[in-house]
Amino acid sequence: MSVLDAYIKIQDVHFTRGGRVIYENVSLTIPRGKVTAVMGPSGTGKTTLLRLIAAQLAPDSGDVLVDGQNVHALSRSELYKVRKKMGMLFQSGALFSDMSVYENIAFPLEEHTQLDAAAINKVVGQKLHSVGLRGAAGLMPSELSGGMARRVALARAIALDPELVMYDEPFTGQDPISKGVLVSLIRELNDSANITSVVVSHDVEESLSIADHVCILAGGRVIAEGSAAQIRASDDPQVKQFLNGEPDGPVPFHYPEGVNSMFNKDEVAL
Amino acid sequence: MKAIASMGAWLFDWLEAVGRAGIFLVQSIFRMPVRFGESVSLLVKQLYSVGVLSMVIIIVSGTFIGMVLSLQGYSILAKFGSEEAVGQLLALSLLRELSPVVTALLFAGRAGSSLTAEIGLMKATEQLSSYEMMGVDPLRRVIAPRFIAGVICLPLLSLIFSASGILGGHLVSVSWLGVYDGAFWSSMQQSVYFDTDIMNGVIKAVFFSVVVTWIAVYQGYECVPTSEGIGKATTRTVVLGSLAILALDFVLTAAMFGDF
Repeated sequence: MSVLDAYIKIQDVHFTRGGRVIYENVSLTIPRGKVTAVMGPSGTGKTTLLRLIAAQLAPDSGDVLVDGQNVHALSRSELYKVRKKMGMLFQSGALFSDMSVYENIAFPLEEHTQLDAAAINKVVGQKLHSVGLRGAAGLMPSELSGGMARRVALARAIALDPELVMYDEPFTGQDPISKGVLVSLIRELNDSANITSVVVSHDVEESLSIADHVCILAGGRVIAEGSAAQIRASDDPQVKQFLNGEPDGPVPFHYPEGVNSMFNKDEVAL
Repeated sequence: MKAIASMGAWLFDWLEAVGRAGIFLVQSIFRMPVRFGESVSLLVKQLYSVGVLSMVIIIVSGTFIGMVLSLQGYSILAKFGSEEAVGQLLALSLLRELSPVVTALLFAGRAGSSLTAEIGLMKATEQLSSYEMMGVDPLRRVIAPRFIAGVICLPLLSLIFSASGILGGHLVSVSWLGVYDGAFWSSMQQSVYFDTDIMNGVIKAVFFSVVVTWIAVYQGYECVPTSEGIGKATTRTVVLGSLAILALDFVLTAAMFGDF
């Protein structure tokens, strides 16, 4: 663990939202140039983690260091500069609905580079080629299928050749073929451009198959961290329950009823 | 005691919301797009969707309101034998009062609600976050062009409303009811002054445009990004916008025409 060169360091982060504790002193490391999978049940704040790294949300306490810089101590313009080194694939794709596929990918280039139209055309062509959608350049986002939209969003996320790409639930709602395509794309992009990738997901098989490094979050804490093989071999009952999809275990099947329960307590044990 | 405390809490919440909305407005105006060509093309797009697409409803309503006004005005003025004054009645009531107010109300319903829904949906589909993640300020990219387009369009729409109202009134009173054409126009020419009547109407429309567009973009930006939240925000835009227009109209009218 300690030999890994950290690209992102999250140190003792405490985060609450609406009175609910999301993170309690979470510390984790995301190694440079590797694919890191952050897994955990729904509602454990996996997306929140990405938003903390991108400094769209601020922690109550603790530091988030991206490439050695504390992103929560930066001024607005410095932060925008750091974000140019990050690409993010949103759960919904988040393509700009008033722009075509081509314009969506050209947008960050027009915004942040001095390239002329011909050079932008070349880059957009390359990026679309790498996700296999050169032929879809003229379509509008509403004309794309879910899997295609996510691939276009991926092409846009890597348009500026970022150092870090974050994937928010890339496999959710995809058919098996698109899942396979995305898995191999994430791996290929990571290796060919030496990108650091963070994949947030609850799809166990897909995530473990590409991850070099895995973190499992549950109940506001990191319950396991290590290589995919180490995680698979883990004895921790909570980790086992999650990986094997067992309905009951340390993570309870029943949501706690509390004192304001609407039901008669005696009737439950039938 | 409890009632007073909750009223105080409500007042504080309200003041906080107004303050946040104020900061939001200032930020979106002062963070205009950097590149000139880009800002022009964004603005033109919004001028089209906010202004040009609102023109049909403005022209049709203006024409009908002018027709109704001259019909009502004629029936009363004819009793005093002064039916030529219908031109004056029509022009003054439209320019001073009806055009800015009715245009702003229609604008809140037509353009304001669509601005709120559009921005709210952009928020729900993470497009606003997406801009932020690319290091592009959504305030300057999404909010500023929409706000400025609204402020430019509403006063112009109000003038179009006046023109169509006067033409509609002319149709009814001259072509149908037989008011003498020359008297219709000359009574208007005698009584309408550019700086007190036309300009005051335009100034009203400018105030309304700022308030309505501000409410619309703020409600969209701050809405809860769910289907229910967007629906509520859209309703709030129309309700708050209309109330603000009517209240502000009273204040402005008192300031402009109140010294007898």
